[in-house]
Amino acid sequence: MTEPSAAPEARYVQTPAQTVGPFYGFALPYDGGAELVPGHHPRAIRLHGTVFDGAGDPVPDAILEIWQADETGALPDERGSLARDGFGFTGFGRAAVDLGGHYTFTTVEPGPVAGGAPYVLVAVFARGLIHHLFTRAYFPGNAERNAADAVLTAVPAARRQTLVCVPEGTGPTGAASYRFDIHLQGENETVFLDFDA
Amino acid sequence: MTTSQHEISAEMQAIEADARALVAEGNAPELHPRRDYPPYRSSILRHPTHELVRADPEEIERHSPAFGHSDVSPLESDLTIQHNGEPLGERMTVSGRVLDGEGRPVRHQLVEVWQANAGGRYVHKRDQHPAPLDPNFTGVGRVITGDNGEYSFTTIKPGPYPWRNHLNAWRPAHIHFSLFGTAFTQRLITQMYFPGDPLFALDPIYQSITDPAARARLIGVYDHDLSVPEFSLGYRWDIVLTGPKSTWMESEEAHD
Ligand SMILES: [Fe+2]
Repeated sequence: MTEPSAAPEARYVQTPAQTVGPFYGFALPYDGGAELVPGHHPRAIRLHGTVFDGAGDPVPDAILEIWQADETGALPDERGSLARDGFGFTGFGRAAVDLGGHYTFTTVEPGPVAGGAPYVLVAVFARGLIHHLFTRAYFPGNAERNAADAVLTAVPAARRQTLVCVPEGTGPTGAASYRFDIHLQGENETVFLDFDA
Repeated sequence: MTTSQHEISAEMQAIEADARALVAEGNAPELHPRRDYPPYRSSILRHPTHELVRADPEEIERHSPAFGHSDVSPLESDLTIQHNGEPLGERMTVSGRVLDGEGRPVRHQLVEVWQANAGGRYVHKRDQHPAPLDPNFTGVGRVITGDNGEYSFTTIKPGPYPWRNHLNAWRPAHIHFSLFGTAFTQRLITQMYFPGDPLFALDPIYQSITDPAARARLIGVYDHDLSVPEFSLGYRWDIVLTGPKSTWMESEEAHD
């Protein structure tokens, strides 16, 4: 129906990315975006951390998205990520960092999908980051599955810990807390992933 | 010492010459911007220095969150009706289709846009450009794509605006777009530009895409058939979401 404007062979070539820029704050964050489950959910966890630049300074204008399976390892297909009803689990969350570069999600620990090591997929957007980055937050309690994971085993041992959340016990509400800091550059640079389609 | 446009332009030209030489040696043109692009000063400390680790997408990466009409009201695609009065500026529509690398429509997925007003000012507390805010314009819209991947926004043309990358730095007029595909690996945030903008050659964010053909993919096309008499000007902009697979398609084409 639509006549292509470009030459046919160029028709389905990927549209390039551009930075999210500094001024997304009035557009992308939304109420409840960071709460995949309510804080009072019996198995809620806090997944939080700080985004750092190559000088070790917090990045105050980054925005993160997560996408994950539910506690049983099932992939969510529920709508309602933007308008949460407080009951369903959509698996998607979005959180802008604060001025200290810190973000917090309230979610559940994902279960193993098809028997693999569970992880939360993380996308990082920021002013100054021209094309977003993907990484994965694995959980330390799954030692056996983590030891067999294709990505964790492909990464040099010295960098592997950048992909694993740090357990911090439970907070005042009884929710288990996990820290997942993101270093865009530098000594502790996070392992970022490029996916073969 | 503030860097001049002349110095930034010289840096950009040198990088583009390098990229051109790589293509001349038989490498595929780069489809995406470089994350390491020093003329955009904020990128210097914010790009990874290690190679990205290539990974096979697992089930979670091959799927995408679902959005629907419970998430987005149809009214949200019209950025000109969010207040009591009409916003200032050239009223326009931006319409197009979201497709995957095989040309299949990306159906029922979320598209988000945000932009400056006609004077180049964002509704954002850290925007210090001394242009007026428009009480009738916020500059945020959302839409769910239709059965053919189609979307359409009604808005006003955003103005160019100054920023502090270097002395006398101005962004070409643009609309920010955020898109979800059928797989999370297709997630894309980008910017749509307008034909013939004199600021293109001067802008390090636009020029961070080193291949001219790739840059051109971000420019909406003026389409008179989409203009509405006595009401609005029409632009068409189709978006393709693929990911690494299209890199291979592109490199095959490059050797045709
Ligand atoms: Fe902008």
